[in-house]
Amino acid sequence: MAQIPLEHILLLSAALFSLGLLAVITKRHAVVVLMGIELIFNAANLNLVAFSRHDPALLQGQLFSLFVILVAAAEAAVALAIVLRVYQHFKTAHVSEVVSAENQ
Amino acid sequence: MLFYIFAVLAVISGAYMVLTRNLLYAGFSLLITLLSVAGIYVLLFADFVAVTQLMVYVGGVLVLILFGIMLSSRVQDKSVRSESGNKVWGTLVAGLVLVGLGYTILQADVAALPWLQEAGAELPGEQKSTVQLIGIKLMTDVVLPFEVASLLLLIALIGAAYIATDKQKGS
Repeated sequence: MAQIPLEHILLLSAALFSLGLLAVITKRHAVVVLMGIELIFNAANLNLVAFSRHDPALLQGQLFSLFVILVAAAEAAVALAIVLRVYQHFKTAHVSEVVSAENQ
Repeated sequence: MLFYIFAVLAVISGAYMVLTRNLLYAGFSLLITLLSVAGIYVLLFADFVAVTQLMVYVGGVLVLILFGIMLSSRVQDKSVRSESGNKVWGTLVAGLVLVGLGYTILQADVAALPWLQEAGAELPGEQKSTVQLIGIKLMTDVVLPFEVASLLLLIALIGAAYIATDKQKGS
């Protein structure tokens, strides 16, 4: 099997990062914003693993990506708990509505 | 080639996640994106990371997100929908970031980096499973981050459970 060029992986990762950024900026529902953040984490992980392929003796990239996955899981748990509390308090999980309710 | 199939699948389902207004469809297209990224990890000789991705993301985070969607939406009045705001600015910023990153990556010529040239000789074919090496590394070189990570998970677990409890009813 021919080797995958490094540039293609980096371009895919850039595309995933931009999509995640687009979701974070445009979406109003807090859970979709979290999904965008997960997409950004995945793009970062893809870069780490791609470079780690050239480092088979140390695997620092893969080890770092494991810790990134771990922090992402912890972040998702806490953030979803906060979203649920916000929903119970404001009766909505839409970010803009929460901000306008806070300003009143 | 398999990599490009996974890449196209990841980008298409990621784009669908951004474009769709239905929250559940967004969750399921995120599932396809995560599975494709796991497949790409396998193609990059990162078997342990791929399995971790499947277990933690697909088995854990995605289920959590689906629960979050179900618990924070009223299905009856169609608020399972997610409106988009800042469309112009969001598209502009994300498009500019994509163009800038793509231009940088194409200009950077990463394959010509010195350490990649040195390491590139022993590629591929003789790659073994990374599980044993990662296990050894976790217990020697990165044992302190490993333990701190377990502490972080414990804190996150307690914190999430504490935040999510209903304080008006309890105690």
